[in-house]
Amino acid sequence: MKLITRFSDGTLAVKLEGEIDEHSVIDIRRRADEAIEAHAFADRAIFYLGGVSFMDSTGIGFLIGRYKKLRRFGIRAYISGPDPTADKILTMSGVYTLIPKINDEEDRL
Amino acid sequence: MKNYMRMELSAIGSNEGFARSTVAAFALPLNPSLAELSDLKTAVSEAVTNCIVHAYASSPAESSLVVIECETEPFLEGEDAGNEGGGIIHIRVRDYGCGIDDVGKALQPFYTTKEDEERSGMGFTIMQTFMDGFKVESEKGVGTTVFMSKKIGLKDGVDA
Repeated sequence: MKLITRFSDGTLAVKLEGEIDEHSVIDIRRRADEAIEAHAFADRAIFYLGGVSFMDSTGIGFLIGRYKKLRRFGIRAYISGPDPTADKILTMSGVYTLIPKINDEEDRL
Repeated sequence: MKNYMRMELSAIGSNEGFARSTVAAFALPLNPSLAELSDLKTAVSEAVTNCIVHAYASSPAESSLVVIECETEPFLEGEDAGNEGGGIIHIRVRDYGCGIDDVGKALQPFYTTKEDEERSGMGFTIMQTFMDGFKVESEKGVGTTVFMSKKIGLKDGVDA
């Protein structure tokens, strides 16, 4: 599982690549939290899921967990580019009501 | 012709990817679409994760096993018989762990016994949504078995 972060213009971009499951999430959870803490002054964070080839319900827990952390710093969170299966999971679990989906064409990474 | 496979895995997290990929590979002769394959992998991942995280409480003994059985059969008659190459896959995921206190509760969306671990409580809901058939049997101290089935090769999707 790969996690790439980049900060520019008040936006923390978090790009995820690979398969998110209960096993692989442990490492990216820690690294995402480190990035959030290092950019606690950001205006918003965008999670790019275009490179995620597999995700089960672990992804819901991961995103909601990061959302809660970001909210403590007053940072808004967004999701971009989920594949159809991830989109189905995120829709049925109501994740988008907390972390809206955006079409962010800009390549921040 | 019917086809059958059975595998036994140590109940450890690094086997989750292996389990879902193997079941997906077993289903390939039924000509699944990419979406069907993705649904299958997600449902199996949820079931195996439950065994590891809940049944064996993330601390497996050497003897803690997850047993996965799959059977495929082609559509021979009925409304789906025209789908050449398609068929149905039956999957059974079994553990010999702690069992579920209240299956009815466990099936409710967002119900989780491990909220502090960022568990979503959506595992069974996803299995039910992504598969056509679903049933769970559990006995305290004996273990849990999840039965799932799915029609494969139905849609005009992109072939995997």
